[in-house]
Amino acid sequence: MSGSLIVLIIIVAIVGWAVLAYNGLVSLRNQVQDAWRQIDVQLRRRHDLIPNLVEAVKGYMQFERDTLTQVVEARAKAISAPDQTSRIAAENQLTAGLGRLLAVFENYPQLKSDQNVLKLQEELTTTENQIAYSRQAYNDSVMQLNTRIESFPTNLIAGNFGFKQADYFQGAPEDQAVPKVDLAMGAPTAPQAPTTPPRA
Amino acid sequence: MAAARADFWELERRNRRETALLVAVFIALLSVLGFGLDFRFGDMAIVDGRLVGFPILTLIALGFAIFQSLLSYYCGASLVLASVRARELTPDTPAHQMVLDVVREMTLAARMPVPKAYLMDDPSPNAFTTGRDPQHSVVCVTQGLVDTMDREEMQGVLGHEMAHVRDYDIRTMMMIAVLVAGVAMLADFVFRSTWYTGGIGAGGGRSRDRDDNDNSGNAGAVIAILVFVLAVLAPFFAQLLAMAVSRQREYLADASSVEFTRNPRALLRALERIAQTKSPLRNASRGTAHMFIVNPLQGAREDDEGFFANLFSTHPPLGRRIERLRALLNEPGAAPAPSAGAPGARG
Repeated sequence: MSGSLIVLIIIVAIVGWAVLAYNGLVSLRNQVQDAWRQIDVQLRRRHDLIPNLVEAVKGYMQFERDTLTQVVEARAKAISAPDQTSRIAAENQLTAGLGRLLAVFENYPQLKSDQNVLKLQEELTTTENQIAYSRQAYNDSVMQLNTRIESFPTNLIAGNFGFKQADYFQGAPEDQAVPKVDLAMGAPTAPQAPTTPPRA
Repeated sequence: MAAARADFWELERRNRRETALLVAVFIALLSVLGFGLDFRFGDMAIVDGRLVGFPILTLIALGFAIFQSLLSYYCGASLVLASVRARELTPDTPAHQMVLDVVREMTLAARMPVPKAYLMDDPSPNAFTTGRDPQHSVVCVTQGLVDTMDREEMQGVLGHEMAHVRDYDIRTMMMIAVLVAGVAMLADFVFRSTWYTGGIGAGGGRSRDRDDNDNSGNAGAVIAILVFVLAVLAPFFAQLLAMAVSRQREYLADASSVEFTRNPRALLRALERIAQTKSPLRNASRGTAHMFIVNPLQGAREDDEGFFANLFSTHPPLGRRIERLRALLNEPGAAPAPSAGAPGARG
């Protein structure tokens, strides 16, 4: 084989690799963005659930008016938050308030007989879990993208085509901790862990 | 966090490597048998030190095997569901609603489309999944599973099932089935050809001129014997390999389940509970056994009963699976401390 043919083959191979590598990076970056939007989807689902839940339990839980008010207020703040930071803070407050609410469910046995309330409780539980898992999925996507950007040989072209490493989702510690019954919510119990769901 | 992640990620990597190795051995086995067959009875030969001829018999065997599996690839899911008499899972009870919710939670963690959920009317706790890719997948649980598992355990089990879908295990096992069928067919060819050409010592390449064919004479006899022996042993080894791959994928699905839930306790508790309450599944057969989370054909006795029993099992022994999960649990930072601090604590 002549020398120029070999050179041609090498060039074609390199270009081919570059195309594949670029497309791979595009795909991973889009996954990261999609995962970020998915978190938002779950948070909004939660916003929609709360009015029904509060309505359903209000009659039974006269003594928890404070908790209920906190939940309603946190939701309002989250919906109307002007920027990312205040949105995140409001969502964290909402998680905490809902955790307290779910925790004191145990004190109201009448609630267990109300099918509506049970249904809403399940919806709330699954929503909290879905929020946690969507965050986890986002972080996993970020890890995949960052790893690809850092690894050889993709790192050779990543910078040139403007692929930047993405940031991990770092919620506030109290947001990630499973809200406990005893309300001593000081130390975070688990970094980056999805809420371990209650027994059904 | 980093240490725990390294652990199940590492488990997954190892499993994938070992699967690839097993498949390579499989393909090698098939090729050796196929070419041996083509040498002995077909067109292939070594002439003047070069390989000539067309491995027609190997390709025919592979062709049939592929055709069989394409059939099951496209029609498989509905056939399987019909054979176990499954019906669609609807949220008619709170427990069923919980299962549907957990399925959705696991698909989020797995970053996959939501599979259709089905229910089997069987008191034995088990689950399986089928479908050629994540877009066309189906997960099926037994009523027994719904009745015995709490939410955490259900997450572990469904995480394991989703892992099978995400890792294309159904497709992998189908490929393996192709290879097993191919080996069986080739072995069959060898036996028939040996019969029709009058025994191991006689006969040789069919369409080549005898004088040109290096297969005549002593070399031919040796090859003939080797091919025959290989044909006897190969199906046995093929089955062994297939089971080894199946077990490897089960371990992988366990590790992936932990990847999704980030909670080794979930699957651990589920498997421990299954180990206690296991009884044979009514509607499972040997054809469908490999898809279930736990081997459905065995009763409640412990199934790590010895080296040879395990070699032919589609699933690793429950005890070993539980051990591996326990090892993950003891890693620093592996799992959040169980939130059930107070009895009936809500999270």
